[in-house]
Amino acid sequence: MSVFTLTVNGRRHTVDVDPATPLLYVLADDLNLHGPKFGCGLGQCGACTVLVNGEATRSCSVAVQSAAAGEIVTLEGLGSPQQPHPIQQAFISEQAMQCGYCISGVMLTAKALLDRNPNATDAEIQQALSTVLCRCGAHIRMLRAIDRYARGLREVPQP
Amino acid sequence: MSPRLTAEARAALRDAGLSRRDFVKRSGALVVAFSTARVASDLGLVQGVVSAQRLDGAGSGNLDAWIAIGADGRVTAYTGKCELGQGLYTAQTQLVAEELCVPVERVTLIQCDTALTPDQGTTSGAQSHPTNFNHANLALAAATAREALVSLAAGRLAVPADRLTAAEGQVRLADGSRQISYEELIGGRRFNLQVSRTAARKPAREWTVLGQPVPRLDIPAMATGTFEYVQNVRVPGMLHGRVVRPPALGATLVSVDESSVQGLPGLVQVVVRKNFVGVVAEKPWQAEQAARRLKTAWAAGTTLPDQATFYQHLRSQTATRDSLSVDSGDVDAALKSAARVVRATYLHPYQMHASIGTACAVADVQKDKATVWSATQAVYPLRNTMAMVLGLPPESVRIMFRMGPGCYGVNGADAVSYDAALMAQAVGRPVRVQLARQDEMAWENYGPAFAVDQRAGVDGAGTIIAWDHEGWSLSLGGRPGLNAPGNVVTGRLAGFEPAGVAPRSPAPPPSGAYANASNTVPSYVSGCIGGACGGTGTVRSERVLSHLVESPFFTGPLRSPARLQNTFAHECFLDEVAAAVRADPIEYRLRHVRDPRLREVLKRAAVQAGWDARPSPRPAIRPNGIARGRGAACVLYEGDNGYCALVAEVEVDQESGVVLVRRCVAAIDCGPVSNPDGLRNQVEGGLIHGMSRALREEVTWAGDRVTSIDWQTYRPWFVGEPVPVIDTIVINRPDGEVMGAGETSITVAAAAIGNAIFDATGARIRQLPFAPERVKAALDSRNR
Repeated sequence: MSVFTLTVNGRRHTVDVDPATPLLYVLADDLNLHGPKFGCGLGQCGACTVLVNGEATRSCSVAVQSAAAGEIVTLEGLGSPQQPHPIQQAFISEQAMQCGYCISGVMLTAKALLDRNPNATDAEIQQALSTVLCRCGAHIRMLRAIDRYARGLREVPQP
Repeated sequence: MSPRLTAEARAALRDAGLSRRDFVKRSGALVVAFSTARVASDLGLVQGVVSAQRLDGAGSGNLDAWIAIGADGRVTAYTGKCELGQGLYTAQTQLVAEELCVPVERVTLIQCDTALTPDQGTTSGAQSHPTNFNHANLALAAATAREALVSLAAGRLAVPADRLTAAEGQVRLADGSRQISYEELIGGRRFNLQVSRTAARKPAREWTVLGQPVPRLDIPAMATGTFEYVQNVRVPGMLHGRVVRPPALGATLVSVDESSVQGLPGLVQVVVRKNFVGVVAEKPWQAEQAARRLKTAWAAGTTLPDQATFYQHLRSQTATRDSLSVDSGDVDAALKSAARVVRATYLHPYQMHASIGTACAVADVQKDKATVWSATQAVYPLRNTMAMVLGLPPESVRIMFRMGPGCYGVNGADAVSYDAALMAQAVGRPVRVQLARQDEMAWENYGPAFAVDQRAGVDGAGTIIAWDHEGWSLSLGGRPGLNAPGNVVTGRLAGFEPAGVAPRSPAPPPSGAYANASNTVPSYVSGCIGGACGGTGTVRSERVLSHLVESPFFTGPLRSPARLQNTFAHECFLDEVAAAVRADPIEYRLRHVRDPRLREVLKRAAVQAGWDARPSPRPAIRPNGIARGRGAACVLYEGDNGYCALVAEVEVDQESGVVLVRRCVAAIDCGPVSNPDGLRNQVEGGLIHGMSRALREEVTWAGDRVTSIDWQTYRPWFVGEPVPVIDTIVINRPDGEVMGAGETSITVAAAAIGNAIFDATGARIRQLPFAPERVKAALDSRNR
């Protein structure tokens, strides 16, 4: 067991865990966060996605010791039901989910890409999502929500 | 105290001096307050003071079991039909708001909890709407409550009830001069009434809330990571379990070497019951490590039939259970007299639910009682089978539904509930279990494989005069129901037998009323039994014979169970017959369909798609490059539960065999529409799910074990892959009966895609999935 101090959603948390523990388990079980979810434990579906220093990261496949130094953001770190982040608002406006279990992968993968490149093409967005799974088949609405968010980003004057 | 309790619930518990476990025993105000606060917080809704009245829980005859009006006028409604991702939570809230004449925001819905909600059996996709939305159950309870409130107001205001109307949580005099609120009338008190069988539902033309595209109430919480799935349930003192499944199907446990995990950090206990093995640890990672390290010895499993020759194996079984859905008795003679007979065989693989999240449950089992948080579709049935597994009376078991990932049928939700309970019983503390991906995919209840032989006789004018269908499918286990925990893997490992197949051959002649619950009967025959004809078609000479054999794998309902497989065979075959007589596929369908609503969805989809009437395949097909084509399919789901027609347009890369669906036009008629956007979401999801199953999905195995055990070996359609433009035509019938919606579009997807591939290329592919290698082989044999 080792003590790690993690910065998650802007708050610091200290945990005492096996250094090999997947980051997901620390977030979901030690910190009781609901955003990242266990889908496969193999990094194949994206349900466990979090942002680490702005990069979409599959938290089931990263040991806590190698992620602990980064700034970690989960879905709940973006906004709240009362004050959703613009990308969350875009998914709400488009009703872009059914069971919602996969949404960390879809939303955070797209956000990481578009925050880096607000002018990402549809092909680039689709490429980024080509390893993200949704089993309910909400694909079209999700792509529409991402497009809505991207258009919003482009309308904001760039500094 | 667990952070999953809301502040209110915590305060209520503290004030009452109760432990968490003690209060669940009580069916009084506290439970109601706790549950509604929880649900409100899960949904990100404003928490008001919730109704605080006593409630009996189960019992569908008692109005107070369905509807409670709090001292603050808030409405709490109780339903035995659960949200599975299909939007039912929101639609049911709309239903209550509509019938009770209150704003949606004033309704809190409590769903599927054996201590709180009425017993409404199972929530299965297609039936979930009809059971509450027609003139029964929740709809009737809410209408009864409204009538009771009007009647109470008539007494209080001393005016005849017919001068009063209910609106916005009040009962008002028609001229608006006087009103009285629901809370003044009954707030915090019981109705003490039976649900009235004659209570008047509001006519659809007066709806203001139902029928509107009310946004899903749960999506804001889902989108912001605050929604509580069963995977997020945490209770005080909770441990984590992991299962150790056998290495192969049918393997039996010989020994467990507990010394192999001795001293591992956090390990609490190795749990063994017959062939069930699990490990319990303080943390999930520790449980996972222990499960990996635990040495177990197993006796060899069952040898599986070779997958390469599986369909021949299926058809050669002799221990079959045979059924005749229809048999006019003259099919052989009619086929003999036909100008031409068309025949073909269709093959559908085993497919799996493959939920995006693996199944999870939390169980707390004490000596004389058990509490289980589960994503089951069937809380009351699970209470019964859980009681059998644990050796407790059913009354001592409480099952609380918490939503899981989309299940699409019997995924692993029931099995994992037993997993958690068996481990919790052994250790005497609450245990949470979430399955490993492989443990779920290798052991879940698959949608069964099918082989279907079709024969049709046509007359000199090209009209079908006889249809002969003979199908083979498989079964083992299924929904545990009220008494069969062995129908899913954990129950079987723990010593309960699964439901098998009782051979019966030959089939008895069809009797009773015509039914087509599995869409075994094609849409084009008349469906006559004893002179009464319930089918949608015109062909009088008909025979539909089915053989069921025992499956080597567990099977169970998978979204559009058997309906999809049968519809694939029927709708592709109809297309083949149309092509044989050089008829346009839409015109040919209409020629043999008499049901007006099925005709209408077909016509509407064709018009919207800009269908160019001509026979398939398209003229002047070139053997190379990208080929484009369109195909149609239609169904009356389950024979009486939702109409859908689909036109699919595809592109086939004739070099690689890759098929892409570019456009889908779906027309759906499921009676009065509760929530049009929710319906569209279901139609779209069904089409993408259906496309994924048609193009990609197949359970694979080798030797004695399943080899499709992750997202590489069972590869569905990912979000970034090319998707079609979807155009959904909703035919709303406000005066009709509600029908199922969630499983209609998926039912026709594979057939329409297969027909479009044929139209584009001239290659008829009769086996799913339409994987590139299979398509390429079909294209190559066409060229020969």
